[in-house]
Amino acid sequence: MTDTSIYAPAMARLVNVRPLTELEKLFTIELPGGQSLGHDPGQFVMLAIPGVGEAPISITSSPSRSNGTFELCVRRVGDVTQALHRLEAGARVGIRGPFGHGFPLQPMRGKDLLFAPGGLGLAPLRSLINQVLDERSSFGRVIILYGAKRPAELLFRDELDEWAARDDVEFHVTVDRGDESWKGNVGVITTLFPKVTVDPRNTVAVTCGPPIMYRFVLMEMLGKGIPETQIYLSLERRMKCGVGKCGHCQINNLYCCQNGPVFTYAQIKNIPEAL
Amino acid sequence: MRLRILPKTEIPPMVRALQADYRVMGPKAKGPQFVFAPIDDPAELRLDYNITILPPKVALQPPEERVVTIDLRGEPAVQPVIEAVPTVILGAHTCDLHALRLLDQAFANDYPDAHYLERRKQTLIVSIECLSPCDEHSFCKDMGTLTAESGYDLHLTDIGDAYTVHVGSEAGERLLEKYLNSRAAVDADVRRLNDALSAKWPRFTYRLTFDAAELPTILARAYDHPIWKELGERCLACASCTNVCPTCYCFNMIDSMALTQDQAERIRRWDSCQLDEFARVAGGENFREARAARQRHRFFRKGKWLSERFEGVRGCVGCGRCIRACVAKINIVDTFNAIKTA
Repeated sequence: MTDTSIYAPAMARLVNVRPLTELEKLFTIELPGGQSLGHDPGQFVMLAIPGVGEAPISITSSPSRSNGTFELCVRRVGDVTQALHRLEAGARVGIRGPFGHGFPLQPMRGKDLLFAPGGLGLAPLRSLINQVLDERSSFGRVIILYGAKRPAELLFRDELDEWAARDDVEFHVTVDRGDESWKGNVGVITTLFPKVTVDPRNTVAVTCGPPIMYRFVLMEMLGKGIPETQIYLSLERRMKCGVGKCGHCQINNLYCCQNGPVFTYAQIKNIPEAL
Repeated sequence: MRLRILPKTEIPPMVRALQADYRVMGPKAKGPQFVFAPIDDPAELRLDYNITILPPKVALQPPEERVVTIDLRGEPAVQPVIEAVPTVILGAHTCDLHALRLLDQAFANDYPDAHYLERRKQTLIVSIECLSPCDEHSFCKDMGTLTAESGYDLHLTDIGDAYTVHVGSEAGERLLEKYLNSRAAVDADVRRLNDALSAKWPRFTYRLTFDAAELPTILARAYDHPIWKELGERCLACASCTNVCPTCYCFNMIDSMALTQDQAERIRRWDSCQLDEFARVAGGENFREARAARQRHRFFRKGKWLSERFEGVRGCVGCGRCIRACVAKINIVDTFNAIKTA
């Protein structure tokens, strides 16, 4: 009789916990025996707090910066994430995965890249952005348009500063509402698009954010003439298995956990449930 | 193919013999209806049943099962729970055999699910040929499931005072040898079998107004059909339809902690796309909030998506259980016919 189960997590260790904002923390996680997660940018893991529950979380660290660990950027929003936020370095969490189809690097090589993360949508995109920056010469322009609700909700402030300082990254950031200390752009993410011109045929665009954001960001991307097959999105769904069985993540006939979470706009544009 | 004959008087001794080595599940009466349940007394077995409330999937994917425990004393120790006992399912109808072929693929493909598969491996199926429709809700003839070429270990057909026995697998052959006091068929038996089989077909009627092979195409054109809104207004989102469906296998996972805080467990429980919470994420967004969208999702799974995902199976096997179970009288046959004509 077999004694392995696809639903049995590996008990991993939190090696570092760093608050990023009021609601988000960055968790650095080590698998048993320092084993590599072996993920692609855009993939996710099922993260479990024993006795509490399990939730799909996108991997925010780049495979190029693994060092035997990986990172999850998690907002405190449900039972599992609230329990996770109460944990400190040294605590054990369950990990299954990595699962799903991430961002395909091959069709991006040699192309200009336009990243447009909104809010927590930066978490999965950061994995890809840092991978790209670690192989910088393989890509054309790197343009990052990042929007958040308030300055206090900007994630990875140190890395944002690095991106802004680099000559080979065109970085623009905006907040919906500023505060006294904020000197930068104010307005929703779409207000950043007029700041850049792109060669649409040679550009791959990537976005992730709250559902409400997609419609407007996609209009901007399509408006710049970027082909539907060159626009990538990462979608969020409820998941209970991560492996195409439990049915929760279905978007019509697509399984977000297996066919996604990364889709091209061409794949999902005719599916009303997708966005 | 070797045909054997099992006199009906040999059924109770067969059940008793099987009970020594197997959990024996079969149809038995529950009030005016029938259920698949463990057979304690051979007299409980009702091979003449019409249809069970729940399909035999209950023996393979139980409504609730523990799948993992985590011992938290010291280093957390994760222990998969694979609970399978040697089981014989007696009296499965052929629609349910077709449904099991779908479940087998669903749990085996890509990421094999040991909980289901181990149970499946230890389960033998003795099915029975349907000689008349269960009731007015059956539409197995439309779905091509009122007989089965495979999917069983032994297959019985009622020929009066005896059953013919077809062997469908080597495990079935061993079952036959060890537990069934059968005899070889003679010409008269074959004649009675042929008579029974040719008499059955006219008793079943076609209820769909089109060939079921067209269902995926018909549904593809009906995504925006007004019927989904109408069904959504009637549906009470009670999930009865999915609970009784032999091809529904969606599930939830529930983690809990022992009162002593030193043992966690993960339970898998049947879930339903008809329930409000099913597609809701932690942030509050619900991707199928409208009941109309949930009804449409179910019908598309049954008529299109499942048969496209798995090979050589239908997502709906025409058993009619969802029609009987629906308090709002939502009828899958009427629904499919309505979208065809529109």
